[in-house]
Amino acid sequence: MSLTRFVAVAKKEIVQVVRDTRSLIIVLIMPVVLVLLFGYGVSLDLKHLPIYVYDRDGSQRSQDLLKRFEASDYFDIAGLVNNYPELSRALDDGHARMGIVIPWDFSQRLEDGRPVQVQALVDGTDDNSANVLIGYAQAVVQGYSAGIQLDWLRKQGQIVQPAPVSIETRTWYNEDLESSAFIVPGVLALVMSTIGAFLTSLTIAREWERGTMEQLISTPVTPLEIMLGKLVPYFAIGMFDVIECALIALYWFHVPFRGSFLTLLISSAMFMIVVLSMGFFISVIAKNQFAASQIALLTTFLPAFLLSGFLYSIEQMPVVLQWVTRILPARYYVSALKKIFLKGSPAALLYADLVPLTVFTLVLALLATRSFHKRLT
Amino acid sequence: MLARLKQMLIKEFIQVFRDKRTRFVLIGPPIIQMLIFGYAATFEIHHVPTVVLDLDHSQESRDLISRFTSSPYFDVQRQLTDHRQIGDLIDRGQATVALQINPGFAQNLRKGQTAPLQVIVDATNSNTALIASGYINQIALGFAQEYQQDRIRRIFPQMIERIPQVQLDPRPWYNPDLRSRWFFVPGIVGSLTLVLVVTLTAFAVVREREIGTLEQIMVTPIRPAEFILGKTLPFFLIGLFDVSLIGTVGTLWFQVPFRGHILVLLAGAVLFLLCMLGVGLLISTVSSTQQQAMVTSFFFIMPAITFSGFGFPINTMPQWLQYFTYLSPLRYFLVVLRGTYLKGVGLDILWPQMAAMGALGSGLLATAVLRFHKALD
Repeated sequence: MSLTRFVAVAKKEIVQVVRDTRSLIIVLIMPVVLVLLFGYGVSLDLKHLPIYVYDRDGSQRSQDLLKRFEASDYFDIAGLVNNYPELSRALDDGHARMGIVIPWDFSQRLEDGRPVQVQALVDGTDDNSANVLIGYAQAVVQGYSAGIQLDWLRKQGQIVQPAPVSIETRTWYNEDLESSAFIVPGVLALVMSTIGAFLTSLTIAREWERGTMEQLISTPVTPLEIMLGKLVPYFAIGMFDVIECALIALYWFHVPFRGSFLTLLISSAMFMIVVLSMGFFISVIAKNQFAASQIALLTTFLPAFLLSGFLYSIEQMPVVLQWVTRILPARYYVSALKKIFLKGSPAALLYADLVPLTVFTLVLALLATRSFHKRLT
Repeated sequence: MLARLKQMLIKEFIQVFRDKRTRFVLIGPPIIQMLIFGYAATFEIHHVPTVVLDLDHSQESRDLISRFTSSPYFDVQRQLTDHRQIGDLIDRGQATVALQINPGFAQNLRKGQTAPLQVIVDATNSNTALIASGYINQIALGFAQEYQQDRIRRIFPQMIERIPQVQLDPRPWYNPDLRSRWFFVPGIVGSLTLVLVVTLTAFAVVREREIGTLEQIMVTPIRPAEFILGKTLPFFLIGLFDVSLIGTVGTLWFQVPFRGHILVLLAGAVLFLLCMLGVGLLISTVSSTQQQAMVTSFFFIMPAITFSGFGFPINTMPQWLQYFTYLSPLRYFLVVLRGTYLKGVGLDILWPQMAAMGALGSGLLATAVLRFHKALD
């Protein structure tokens, strides 16, 4: 390992990166775009869902019930219809997410002191929205029903106390339940997988594809020097992007930062080495840029996106998939990020994430140097 | 003209299928991604680890807790005795939800005063927190309602036959068991096709430019139109093949119903592929290396998928962001996919989506072809 030769390879790579100004700009603004995209675009906090109403009763009482729906933040009465086909069409074409049908004998039954059912036809395509809609609709109807009953009893001369249970929810670590606070830290892992795996796998596959790799091999440069020289510029870009992401998270989205900055840097550097090594691996196997990009997508980006706990909670996955996540470095990095940003866990609580991450870093870096060596000789 | 086009097509197909890695990339990763996505992407919650601190020790508090114990959404693991344990368990991630019932709960209920149920939720995953809170509210409200009915029954046994009551009768359409998988699988078909076709098209042209074979082709008598057609037609066919492959695997493996007409879906797929070919070509006209093409594609792919409503409902985004979603061809294709898979609707409902994709597709393709002519001159 000679420092001069390593510096020479690194210089060559840096020149190549800097010369391609457009890619460099994209790579540097990518974190901004991704953080904004996920910070704003990813939320399950549903409000103002359009509902249609088919009021077959048209009485004062049915209007009272509908007013309660209208008063709720979760529903917008977007249309009134006069028959089932219209209602079903509104659900079919997506103009309504829920159709409320009030039966024709609604007020009659209530005045007679009988139970009555209000139908809620819900668009179940998006199961989560449907669940939320049903939950809130149930709350509205129950509130209305309780009021009717107390009125009824009062009219009969009976005074009954209401039975109000209030739910006082405190959400820890993310007090306002802001999606951005939980999503944005995970975006770091996404950005780094992208930079690390895509760019590096392409830069080396490119040398193979263009035939310049043979030229490199014919020089006295050792495999280790090639690898390190190739990876250093991307390591620098990756770390720059991490800091950029963290700053946007803190100052634009006001994501809390409760841990230590040093822990963030160290764990990020480790994850960067992991993805760079994987990118290097891929380029050795693929040797063709298209295949390299697709394999990088499958082995680094996808796990970071899907299986890391970034968007979808690992505990809710099938058990087999949960085992799979245990061999994915992204899982540990995302978990560490959430603890660093939101919980401010002391180092003692982070060891469960940092120890596996260290092991991955060492093993993958070692394997990457090995694989390349074999290919060259 | 036809003869030249035929030669071009033969060359393209040979180039794609000659390399065994590329052959694998067209079939393997899409299927693997479909399976992983199908299992990992879910917003359903089951067995959320829950702990309980009952300081009231009353019949009422035990009733309320037993409702959580019997719910499939919560897994009540421990009954605590001290509120300090709550903080510890949530910090360590061993409990996601903690329920606390303070002394006086039952007394308040009997007097008709507000009886609070204290809920603490670990919101490091705000999706799980949000969904769990929804179920907690439903369970607590259900408890309150039944408590009220019981009380009326006890105090006025003669009244219970004649008392008005309104109940909600929720009927989820299209997805009666509200399965996340039914929501995600059709979406995955669209997203995977998008990624594959855009990168494939962008890379194919740029590779010729990067290796220098584009000049060789340009000195042959081939016309630009023939070249473009020769470049896009293979990827159109590959795209169509992959849509069918991923769609079939997803439908059969995950048992998602297909209720519409296959021709409607195919028509949508054709229009969507036109958009994707346009995007891929456009990217290729502005990229000179495959690395650039990759980075630029990524810059299109991420927003296009996020803004499509693939995982997160569009109406949870800020209004200004919602306007951007109209630019994502995937947004329209998802409506077609979910419409044909789950809703079983036809062209009478889906024509606006088809028209939008047709307009976007022809606009994109026309721009790409114009730019392409310039790039070749």
